[in-house]
Amino acid sequence: MDRVINAFLGIVIGVGAMLLYYFGTNWVIDRVLADKIGPDGAIVGKRGELRERIRPWLFIAPAVFLLVLFLVYPAVQTVYLGFFNARGTEFVGLANYEWAFNDPGFQLAIRNNLLWLIVVPLFSTALGLIIAVLADRVRWGQFAKSLVFMPMAISFVGASVIWKFMYDFRGPDQPQIGVLNALVVSLGGEPQAWLTLPLVNNLFLMVILIWIQTGFAMVLLSAALRGVPDETLEAARIDGANEVQIFFQVMIPQIMGTIVVVWTTITIVVLKIFDIVLAMTNGQWQTEVLANIMYDWMFRGGGDYGRSGVIATIIMIAVIPIMVWNIRRFRQEEMER
Amino acid sequence: MSAVLKNFSLGALLSRLALLMIVVAWTIPTLGLFVSSLRDRDLLSTTGWWTAFQTNLRFEQARTNAADVQTESDGVYTITGNALEVTNDDGEVTLNPTKSIRSFGGGFLPASGTETYAGNEQPGIRDYAPGTTVTLENGETFTLNADGTYTYTSPVPFDMERGRRFFVVTNNPPSFSLRNYQDVLSAEGVADSFINTFTVTIPATIIPIAVAAFAAYAFSWMEFPGRRWMFYVVVALIVVPLQMSLIPLLRIYNEIGIAKTYPGIWLAHTGFGLPMAIYLLRNYIGGLPREIIESAKIDGASHFQIFMRLVLPLSVPALASFAIFQFLWVWNDLLVALVFLGKDAEQIVLTSKLRELLGSRAENWEILTASAFVSIIVPLVVFFSLQRYFVRGLLAGSVKGG
Repeated sequence: MDRVINAFLGIVIGVGAMLLYYFGTNWVIDRVLADKIGPDGAIVGKRGELRERIRPWLFIAPAVFLLVLFLVYPAVQTVYLGFFNARGTEFVGLANYEWAFNDPGFQLAIRNNLLWLIVVPLFSTALGLIIAVLADRVRWGQFAKSLVFMPMAISFVGASVIWKFMYDFRGPDQPQIGVLNALVVSLGGEPQAWLTLPLVNNLFLMVILIWIQTGFAMVLLSAALRGVPDETLEAARIDGANEVQIFFQVMIPQIMGTIVVVWTTITIVVLKIFDIVLAMTNGQWQTEVLANIMYDWMFRGGGDYGRSGVIATIIMIAVIPIMVWNIRRFRQEEMER
Repeated sequence: MSAVLKNFSLGALLSRLALLMIVVAWTIPTLGLFVSSLRDRDLLSTTGWWTAFQTNLRFEQARTNAADVQTESDGVYTITGNALEVTNDDGEVTLNPTKSIRSFGGGFLPASGTETYAGNEQPGIRDYAPGTTVTLENGETFTLNADGTYTYTSPVPFDMERGRRFFVVTNNPPSFSLRNYQDVLSAEGVADSFINTFTVTIPATIIPIAVAAFAAYAFSWMEFPGRRWMFYVVVALIVVPLQMSLIPLLRIYNEIGIAKTYPGIWLAHTGFGLPMAIYLLRNYIGGLPREIIESAKIDGASHFQIFMRLVLPLSVPALASFAIFQFLWVWNDLLVALVFLGKDAEQIVLTSKLRELLGSRAENWEILTASAFVSIIVPLVVFFSLQRYFVRGLLAGSVKGG
């Protein structure tokens, strides 16, 4: 009971302090810089102007402070620490980068990350598109989409438990309790410890993320498909195109923009993939990925900030093209607005 | 014409079938987890969850009571008991009333040969039907009934310190209970984690919404130098990986002493969630009709008043969308919790707990399935009840932006 009360108190104080700031500072400038009213009832002086010049900064100050403290400064500092030794005390130049590119674990992680980058966005987007198209044609489509979308609400760790159970392995002479091995056995195959088979075990981990991300792709693509004007489809039908041709030659080109957005969004998730690997294999059996190495070095032997920082920086470099593309697209949108 | 029609309906049938198969494939993993979490521990570890609705046979070992409980009448020494009773680690005796004996044999009973059961060679487990009285060479008799009760008699006093061992095949009709949930919530400390997760999630959802709403309003309707490029920075920050922040923040946190504290993780989640929040809310707030804001200004309202009384109430749908996002993200987060919170009972969150159990209780599926379900039930409820807002947020956040 104490714990609940403590938790509740903490919540009240945390939220209260924040509200106090906004109400407090705005109240203060409204007081201190209140309009001076002259004897004739008119406003005297330029206090109002000053007040309204300060106010925007009161509005954005907490946001700017938090963004700088939690994202901008640390990002710069992480790149910087990559050039220093484990404790950040001695400049070592490119030694950490040299270590990374010669480390077999790192090379393995790069290979696996590349695999993830190809497989997960491809399958999530393709499956999402297929489901969106199929579900729009049946009455229970909305229900079907809800069920496919559901894994989006499940944590990566929760999903890992769910799928570890799917992949469970018992000796060949015992009854299997994992769905996958039960299927394999019923088809006359040998049960396998899937997570320990190098290379393919990566695919079994990717299935988990595809299972989660397909719903996301489906929702976005479904909305985009609804935006495709019926006239274009009709026109194609009149011209004698069949459903498959319409799908590839009329629909896909019109929703290409959304496909790219879905693809890049999932790409960013994939670049940071961590929880699933940590929970399922912790990088064993050649399933290592960059974010897991980074986390590992953050605490290994009291923490190696140089190596860990270098790996974070490499993940960041991979994200930069998407970042630039995002900003350009955003600027274009602003122009059109 | 008829060929076209036939083709069309065949195609429609196939596409329905395909959709059905996909939906089933997508649902089965979660269904398996849920069904398993309600099953008996021993059955769960030996039979597939898809057999949970049928009667399962199980091979089990049983033991008679020891000599200390024997009674004597007319020169016959008797031990009675129930072979289906289970004693747990705390010495608590339980009996599942739905269970029954299908056959028994082996152990101290004369066996006719060996049978293979569950991959193991077992002597004579199918020798005797329940109710049979087995007479041993030394004059002892043993009777086992279907309900598990047995009578073991001997013409001379029993003297064994441990009961005699034998084997049974049991019928296990479908039986579901919340036992696993009781176990994980009390003994495994999952209830603590549940509270901890709430303690992290609620402020980490509310604080960024408020901070972002004020900023989004300023970016939309207030004039200040640097407004444009500052917003570009926000758009850029949306995609910065969390990993870039962890090391320096951990150092700062350790220095000022807010590592492993709740306010520390609230602030971290606020910082990480802000770019997306500002972006989403600015899209919405910036899209409000200009006339509303202008006319309020003419009526002498300050920006603070306009924001509080006009813009905030109008923005509820956008605020709700982001709230669901942030709630799910924080609830489901593992990495931030691993770095910024401790792992003791006072602080460990559900995801972190679950990960720990995956390591320490890897073979205890009754623990893992129940714990996992506890950890996903709240997001699932939020998700299904507020799906409309969630989808709206996804569309606003992704089709236009990062």
